[in-house]
Amino acid sequence: MRILKTFLLVVLFINIANANTDIKDKNLNNKILKNIRCLVCQGQSVYDSESEFSSTIKLLVKKKINEGKSEKQIYEFLRKRYGDWVIFEPELNKNTYILWILPLLLFLLGGAIIRKKLK
Amino acid sequence: MKNKIYLSVVIIFLIFCFVIFYNGLNSSNIYTPKINTKQKLPIFEAKDFYSNKSISSEELFKEDIFYIVNIWASWCVPCRKEHKFLMELSKSENVKIIGLNYKDNLNNAKKFINELGNPYSKNLTDKNGFLSIEFGAYGVPETFIINKNKTIVKKFIGPINKKTLNQIMQIIK
Repeated sequence: MRILKTFLLVVLFINIANANTDIKDKNLNNKILKNIRCLVCQGQSVYDSESEFSSTIKLLVKKKINEGKSEKQIYEFLRKRYGDWVIFEPELNKNTYILWILPLLLFLLGGAIIRKKLK
Repeated sequence: MKNKIYLSVVIIFLIFCFVIFYNGLNSSNIYTPKINTKQKLPIFEAKDFYSNKSISSEELFKEDIFYIVNIWASWCVPCRKEHKFLMELSKSENVKIIGLNYKDNLNNAKKFINELGNPYSKNLTDKNGFLSIEFGAYGVPETFIINKNKTIVKKFIGPINKKTLNQIMQIIK
């Protein structure tokens, strides 16, 4: 009886652990798919699209996650083949400095103008 | 004076917007970014279309010649149109054409080849489309030219036509 109880507890524990991993993987999968551009659609992410291209990418991302690849590694894989355009959120590098810094500079400039006016 | 400057700025801005939008009317509404096509040939393992035996990319591209990788499928209508140009290309001794059968039914694909001819020196199956992704493909049909240094030097999205056939001939001669 005691062995049976222990066995059931172990099975329950394994199931809960597996369910947690599945949810985590699914969340990561969705997050990645929402950040990948469907290259044959107009302004759609792979997550939203049902095109042939998107369905292949969906399968591929799932496979890469199952292989234990990180989000960054998956983006890098796609970037190497399709360029920066395939990812919605651009990476911070020498080509995208202005893109990242300009809104901050404009915000600071706006703040400075408002402060000057208020004085 | 101040008003005049203000008016001029507004008019210049409106003209600028008009020119941008007017040009936009004539351009394609699907943006294709310029990416570096000169990428190294991916290393992969694939199944042979006829024998279903595994074959590596090293074995496939071992000769010191130009290779053309063509992604095709029997369900793809433009593939049917470009097939005669592939048949013409296959006559050249400077090049070998590797076919990549994309997400297809094997029987239909075999029928397609029997009906239109086989321009491929080797045909591979790409059941789930992963192999096409390795090449950076968008869909079918798509054609890649690989030079003697095993680098992808040119990529043609869409079916091959007379014009692109001439371009390919120029590259491989």
